[in-house]
Amino acid sequence: MRFDAKSLLAFVIPVGLILVWQALASAGMIATEVLPAPSAIVAAGWRLALSGELWTNIGISAWRAAVGLVIGGGIGFALGLTNGLSRLSERLTDPTLQMIRTIPHLAMIPLVILWFGIDETAKIFLVALGVFFPIYLNTLHGIRTVDAQLVEMGRAYGMSSWALFSRVVLPGALPSIFVGLRYALGIMWLTLIVAETISASSGLGYMAMNAREFMLVDVVVLSILIYALLGKLADSIAKWLERATLSWHPAYLHV
Amino acid sequence: MTAATLSGRARATFAFAPADRGPPAKPASKSPAKAGAGAPISVRGLSKSFGTKEVLTALDLTVPAGQFLAIVGRSGCGKSTLLRTLVGLEQPTSGAVMVGDGQRGVGRIMFQEPRLLPWQRVVDNVRVGLSEGLPKAASKAQALDALGEVGLADRAGEWPSVLSGGQKQRVALARALVSRPKLLALDEPLGALDALTRIEMQSLIERVWLEQRFTAVLVTHDVAEALALADRVVLIEDGRIALDIDVDLPRPRRRGSAEIGALEGRILDHLFSSGGRPSDDRPGFEPEPVEYEKAYA
Ligand SMILES: Nc1ncnc2c1ncn2[C@@H]1O[C@H](COP(=O)(O)OP(=O)(O)OP(=O)(O)O)[C@@H](O)[C@H]1O
Ligand SMILES: [Mg+2]
Repeated sequence: MRFDAKSLLAFVIPVGLILVWQALASAGMIATEVLPAPSAIVAAGWRLALSGELWTNIGISAWRAAVGLVIGGGIGFALGLTNGLSRLSERLTDPTLQMIRTIPHLAMIPLVILWFGIDETAKIFLVALGVFFPIYLNTLHGIRTVDAQLVEMGRAYGMSSWALFSRVVLPGALPSIFVGLRYALGIMWLTLIVAETISASSGLGYMAMNAREFMLVDVVVLSILIYALLGKLADSIAKWLERATLSWHPAYLHV
Repeated sequence: MTAATLSGRARATFAFAPADRGPPAKPASKSPAKAGAGAPISVRGLSKSFGTKEVLTALDLTVPAGQFLAIVGRSGCGKSTLLRTLVGLEQPTSGAVMVGDGQRGVGRIMFQEPRLLPWQRVVDNVRVGLSEGLPKAASKAQALDALGEVGLADRAGEWPSVLSGGQKQRVALARALVSRPKLLALDEPLGALDALTRIEMQSLIERVWLEQRFTAVLVTHDVAEALALADRVVLIEDGRIALDIDVDLPRPRRRGSAEIGALEGRILDHLFSSGGRPSDDRPGFEPEPVEYEKAYA
């Protein structure tokens, strides 16, 4: 099948790189304290998976990411909708939000630790703050750029406000909202990595920092790879959602 | 030929009830049994300004129920504005517009672009033309009927993006017709189509109009198209009706016949005569009535 051959193509380079890496490590050309061989990393992963430590930490990290995304994304989505539909609300809240946006959310870490200590609230707060803006901005933009001719058509055909919103405005804004979501997912993991690395007593970032203290380079690399995998997984879910809801879009028609 | 109704400077000032502020559309008008009922239109002293620019100037127009009226005129003379006022998309600056008994949902408009919702299947796009309160099965059946009418029943389940331009415009026609409107307003709906598709669409519109006998108001820049379809052609100039011609020819009309040619010549002569300054350059005052009378004499 054409489709399968195409998706296999994407794996050629990564698999090649891993093979080269393994070969160089086995030949002793890369010091194990610098970068352990892929086989060593897999072994470390196996060890941690058996002890259950790996699953606990992945679970905790994923939970923090999800809760932060739901809270920050939910508020961003709601505010984006409100401000997209109401000029009054936009005038009232948007300037303040734009002001807050100029603060890099990771710069808040010391303050957040002062406020919440190093417990869950601190990390969830940071993630929520990080994902808020991409979702807010793209929802607002999506609603503002809905085809005015379609809205006029809806009005001319007697649509109620609710029908106009649910059948014209929201579907029209959806592609832009998805752009915001996928952007937010990237920020979500980034924020979590930083927050967990700096201050945590559980989670993937903590696992990596803990391993560093014991010079377990393989676990450090393992943590990094798992972060990458989780990021990829989240993106794939978003892509799948996009495909499912935007099946009308000419870009997805042939799939 | 009937002379244009002479519009005086006196303006009717009684309140206009905008079509989109009234009570919700009554689904009763959807029943095919009531087909054939067109709505009469009465426009009295209609003026419309955008800012300081006056587009329509005390315009009077009476359209009997079931008539097929074509509106022609230079670009920017206010054809679309008049049409949009008829379906309640624009509010008159002054004057009165009455369509049927003044109820909402009497008229449907078809735009130059199909304006289909890309995220709804063809059949659901047609259902946009029906009242939201209708049960899904019933509205689907009516939508399929309307699609059959325009010859697209087999495309009901597709996305609009896979249709050709002419097919999209046919779906838009089905959407406009599905509620059995008493007035169909057409704003250059065929302007973007190729010549052959245009002629096909013209026959299609003529056919459904003959079947359903709604009042049809077609805005077009194509005088030949106006003469092929309409019972009556009015020419708008300087914000008023400058020419009002009855086209009393049997249907289906033969393109390029002598009678049509003669009428076409008259309208084009008028359009190109010295009286027809480009409306876009027109300053915001009303022309002298004398000049106006001379124009169609
Ligand atoms: N919403 C608006 N705001 C400001 N000016 C407008 C608006 N709508 C129309 N006009 C102006 O009113 C005039 C008439 O516009 P209209 O669209 O009715 O012209 P038209 O006769 O349909 O022209 P065309 O044949 O090019 O479609 C134009 O000068 C246009 O610029
Ligand atoms: Mg126009």
